[in-house]
Amino acid sequence: MLKKLSLATVSAVALASGAFAAGDAGHTHDVDFSYEGPFGTFDQNQLQRGLKIYTEVCSSCHGLKFVPMRTLADEGGPALPEDQMKAYAKAFPINDELSNPQLFDKTTEEYRTLLPTDNFPALYSANAPDLSLMAKARAGFHGPLGTGINQLVNGIGGAEYIASILTGYTGEEKEEAGTTFYENTAFPGGWIAMAPPLYGEDVEFADGHSNELHHEAEDVAAFLRWTAEPHQDARKRTGFIAVFFLVILTVLLYLTNKRIWAPIKRKD
Amino acid sequence: MAGIPHDHYEPKSGGEKWLHTRLPIVGLLYDTLMIPTPKNLNWMWIWGIVLTFCLVLQIITGIVLAMHYTPHVDLAFASVEHITRNVNGGYMLRYLHANGASLFFVAVYAHIFRGLYYGSYKAPREITWIIGMIIYLAMMGTAFMGYVLPWGQMSFWGATVITGLFGAIPGVGEMLQTWLLGGPAVDNATLNRFFSLHYLLPFVIAGLVAVHIWAFHTTGNNNPTGVEVRRTSKEDAAKDTVPFWPYFVMKDLFALGVIMIVFWAIVGFMPNFLGHPDNYIEANALATPAHIVPEWYFLPFYAILRAFTADVWVVQLVSFVTGGIVDAKFFGVAAMFGSIAVMALAPWLDTSSVRSGRYRPMFKWWFALLVVDFFVLMWVGARDTEFPHDWISLIASAYWFGYFLVILPLLGVIEKPLARPATIEEDFDAHYPAKGSDAVAKPAE
Repeated sequence: MLKKLSLATVSAVALASGAFAAGDAGHTHDVDFSYEGPFGTFDQNQLQRGLKIYTEVCSSCHGLKFVPMRTLADEGGPALPEDQMKAYAKAFPINDELSNPQLFDKTTEEYRTLLPTDNFPALYSANAPDLSLMAKARAGFHGPLGTGINQLVNGIGGAEYIASILTGYTGEEKEEAGTTFYENTAFPGGWIAMAPPLYGEDVEFADGHSNELHHEAEDVAAFLRWTAEPHQDARKRTGFIAVFFLVILTVLLYLTNKRIWAPIKRKD
Repeated sequence: MAGIPHDHYEPKSGGEKWLHTRLPIVGLLYDTLMIPTPKNLNWMWIWGIVLTFCLVLQIITGIVLAMHYTPHVDLAFASVEHITRNVNGGYMLRYLHANGASLFFVAVYAHIFRGLYYGSYKAPREITWIIGMIIYLAMMGTAFMGYVLPWGQMSFWGATVITGLFGAIPGVGEMLQTWLLGGPAVDNATLNRFFSLHYLLPFVIAGLVAVHIWAFHTTGNNNPTGVEVRRTSKEDAAKDTVPFWPYFVMKDLFALGVIMIVFWAIVGFMPNFLGHPDNYIEANALATPAHIVPEWYFLPFYAILRAFTADVWVVQLVSFVTGGIVDAKFFGVAAMFGSIAVMALAPWLDTSSVRSGRYRPMFKWWFALLVVDFFVLMWVGARDTEFPHDWISLIASAYWFGYFLVILPLLGVIEKPLARPATIEEDFDAHYPAKGSDAVAKPAE
């Protein structure tokens, strides 16, 4: 019953692949990301590693069509140096030209290279969902009783869901109606159409950082959290400043209120 | 009703007199701000200010958001992403607006239940209550249409389900639904008109709020005792009241400050907690979400809508009596709107002559149960409709109607109310004994 209840709230997943409307809700494991909590911030190195994994692995099937290239240089993001970001944009391949008519140059009659002002290209040809907002479009935590109240402590768990999917393959496969499905403990229904994209040691990091599977999964999940919520660090800062000054204001209002009411309440 | 006697604005200088004889606007503002207010109001009387603040917040953030938003099915979702990514401070604007709607409903529910407990709806405040209910309906309409604008999956499917309710009305339903949507299904025409109306309605609400305030400034505020302010003389009235400024302005601002701390913490640290993840997936008419849930503030009424299925005997009976014209779907729609209608009729359903629940020993418990019932409905509204949820929602819906249609009328007859203080002053003095400076300052009630 509980699993069924939580399935209700994960409804989102049924969209990615209509075949899996029923069954197990899948298990999302909690990951201790650097950006969690009111004071957590993105780990710039982790975002850069995640970007590398996205570029070398995910980007062959998944687009990031809402993410502007220039934001890769933003503070509170991967913060690539300006020239690296420009070079990255220029070199980025357009795998699905028909979905990106905005990149078609009518004078040369060719697709132009990406500029920092462009978004990542859309990519539909592989029939895979866009990842720009994936870390907000899935909830990893639903309890208790499907109320989602545990998200107060754990966060919504979108990035955890992504990391759990990437590490959740059991190695089992099955074929249904000409499509191969892969067993995955994190995916609702238990069988996912995406072949395991990461096995560990898929990318090499220049600084020699670990490229074990679970590290790669967490890095790319953190990166996708950033693509979904690029101003998260700034937003938390604003929230903190607002709360700080509101506390001062409220204390002053409390004292003012207490003082003006004193003669009324004590009748002196 | 003559209103509570108090000092009015007297223009002094030549300039003031010149203006006052032509446009008594300063006098109007003075009388509004200095209105005598029962001095025993407790912390449940702060929600009016919170609601006014919410309306202003929503209008200001909304106007700026509208500068960057595009109401077109191909562009709406991307324009919202544009706001959060590219517009300066856009992520704050959007999250303030989205969570502002939630705060608005937290405040309105607290405000309504305050009125229900202290009998604020009873004579002579029926018009204040009815205007309030109209404001609440307008708020629901505004919030519903606003949720459609980001054009996510829940936007689209929520709009499809809710506008489908009108299709359930016998005879004219389908025509009405098509007219509302501007076509056979939720599409660009729907999005456009929802945007237009979402922009319009808040100003209608602002006008209604003015009438709401006008009405209760005429009757005077209710208060936790439900005993009226003495109007026999200015001196008697002054013993029961203090001017709104500065006493209640400061108290309300302090309360607003506390609420703002929580609100900004939510906006800053967990702005998506109250939203649905599905709304970060662009609307797709070909993929129905496994489970369509409205925003949390609609859940109690959504639960009532779904409670009356075709296998409920009341529904079968009504269907049989009406020769099938009223089917389960229409019954559910009628029940949902009826649940708000019975609340609006509370002034005439409640037969007790005692206003405040404080002096009604039996009422208290039924009222507490109604509050619990509201939360049960909210919880079950987000669940699927399988056992035991179907039974829970049916029982909870029945209690909602039972409270207004059976319990309120009966209690007035069978309940023996407790003794009430003769005046507001007496109640206030009981909390704050008159003896000098050793009295402990604590909030009223």
